[in-house]
Amino acid sequence: MSTVPLDNQKELLRDVDDDASQGNPTMQTRVRQRLTSRGATAAAIIIAVIWTVPTFGLLVSSFRPEDNIKGNGWWNVFTDRQFTLENYADVLSPGGSQSPNLLSYFVNSLAIVIPGTIFTLVLGSMAAYMFAWGRFRGKDSLFIFVFALQIVPLQMALIPLLQLFTQVLKFGDFQVLPSGTYAQLWVAHTIFGLPLAIFLLHNFIAEIPGEVIEAARVDGAGHSTIFWRIIVPLATPALASFGIFQFLWLWNDLLVALVFSGGGADVAPITQRLAEIQGSRGGEWQRLTAGAFVSIIVPLAVFFGLQRYFVRGLLAGGLKG
Amino acid sequence: MEDFADKGLQVVIGLAIFAAIIGLIMLVVDRAPKSGREKLQVAGFLAPALILLAVGLVFPALQTSYLSLTNGNGDFVGLDNFVWMFTQPEALVTLRNTLIWVVLVPLLASSIGLAYAVFIDRARGEKALKALVFMPMAISFVGAGVIWRFVYAYKGPEQDQIGLLNQVLVWFGQEPKQFLLDAPENTFFLIAVMIWIQTGFAMVVLSAAIKGIPTEIVEAARLDGASAWQQFRNVTIPTIRGSLIVVVTTITIGTLKVFDIVRTMTAGQYETSVVANEMYTQAFRAGEPGRGAALALVLFLMVLPVVVYNARLLRKQKEIR
Repeated sequence: MSTVPLDNQKELLRDVDDDASQGNPTMQTRVRQRLTSRGATAAAIIIAVIWTVPTFGLLVSSFRPEDNIKGNGWWNVFTDRQFTLENYADVLSPGGSQSPNLLSYFVNSLAIVIPGTIFTLVLGSMAAYMFAWGRFRGKDSLFIFVFALQIVPLQMALIPLLQLFTQVLKFGDFQVLPSGTYAQLWVAHTIFGLPLAIFLLHNFIAEIPGEVIEAARVDGAGHSTIFWRIIVPLATPALASFGIFQFLWLWNDLLVALVFSGGGADVAPITQRLAEIQGSRGGEWQRLTAGAFVSIIVPLAVFFGLQRYFVRGLLAGGLKG
Repeated sequence: MEDFADKGLQVVIGLAIFAAIIGLIMLVVDRAPKSGREKLQVAGFLAPALILLAVGLVFPALQTSYLSLTNGNGDFVGLDNFVWMFTQPEALVTLRNTLIWVVLVPLLASSIGLAYAVFIDRARGEKALKALVFMPMAISFVGAGVIWRFVYAYKGPEQDQIGLLNQVLVWFGQEPKQFLLDAPENTFFLIAVMIWIQTGFAMVVLSAAIKGIPTEIVEAARLDGASAWQQFRNVTIPTIRGSLIVVVTTITIGTLKVFDIVRTMTAGQYETSVVANEMYTQAFRAGEPGRGAALALVLFLMVLPVVVYNARLLRKQKEIR
């Protein structure tokens, strides 16, 4: 997911804008509608149902009593309406070592994702700014090289990076990025997010009118003033859009967490815990359904709540492509 | 609660250290002497990102390439790991599965996404219909794994089924089936999950492309008496070809790297492993970093041509514009 090309994202936006302007049924609308046959409508409905029912079944089940979930299918709720919040109380509460204790992992996810996103945004936009407006030799080739780094699957970096964190960045007993804290995850996520961040933010920042920056330079402003006073405020839409993407990727990550978190309740994110419960207690559907829903509620809220916003921001960033 | 306070504190400290580093950089570049100031400023802005990328991505990728030529003890073994990969039955199954994934997922996700986009184009409630199919994009692969394992859940024939798919089988008078256990068809049931996730992406991008087709072309085709199918074949497909290729290549890259679905649903057992999952298993579970590195390298080599093709295409499109 981390390599969605810019053009795709641009098209995402264009699309939403189309939706916004759909209020005017014209001649063409009628013409096109006639092309859509009844068979097509039926097929569309079938696809929509197949795509929705699994999630719906999970949501419904998460509110059913344990015996019901394990005893019969969730479609029986239509005749046998019994609902409970017991499952949610169970998965969230801290209980013993057997308990899913998801609230704790939920907090971990937030604690990993928020700094991970901020670090990537700040370092990425600083570099993007220099690639767009700095004057130095070899700028273009260096930028292309950074862009090309997107090709490297993060699998290529995992083994040496873990060694680096645990063995090389260690002086006596002092670990620069201590195990058992979020630090390794923050840094790893930042590294893996940077190539795309620099590329996307560069495209946006390069579109900022040169006169604005020239004027500031003439007034004697240095790069740091220009960056914080002009670039960051003007690039806010792009920063927000990429920030949301990065937030979703980090929240949904499993691989990086598995390698760097150690797996305990003190660091591991909710995806990792959910994967663990699945592996060890795959039949505990009352926990899995509620747990899965707890883990997807944040991305779903971000997705539905901010969809328009991030889409518009990216559109502004890619006007000229 | 004390636990959460600790975690919050960790985040605050992390953010504070980060802010201090950035602040220091800004301070230094601002106070720099006039001569050589520009150079120092450029360096200050670029250094953090470039150092992280060099240490965390470039160098590890090179090291992984070397690791692929060593065994578990770090001894140089030449191409043994690659020989293992292309001769041992369990490794060959992994390669075969990856091939099946990479053919089926882009093909089916794009086709279904395209069909759906065409079917619902300009239909009433298009936006809501889109959101339904697009929603799985926001759900983590781990969450999707739970959702679909629940759909595939198996109970003996004498019991009530709790998995929807087995219930459907029972309704049609069939025996319930262990969808995830029986090789080789279990791979296809994992692939279905990835298709479920990726179709929304294909649909949204292609739908935007379809809306971008000039109305005159559609109108002309209609006046020439072209049937709906002919219009689709001869107008729609050629016009959106560029977007279609971007969609297919993007999904291809994502599919090659697929890890979470296999990890959480079967952990790669029952002959369902794929390269990205096997890489993790070998490197971090089986104590075979050499084999893991070799698999990561193969993954890189498989992704490479797709990315290069995609980048070329994007460049060509830019030139045309």
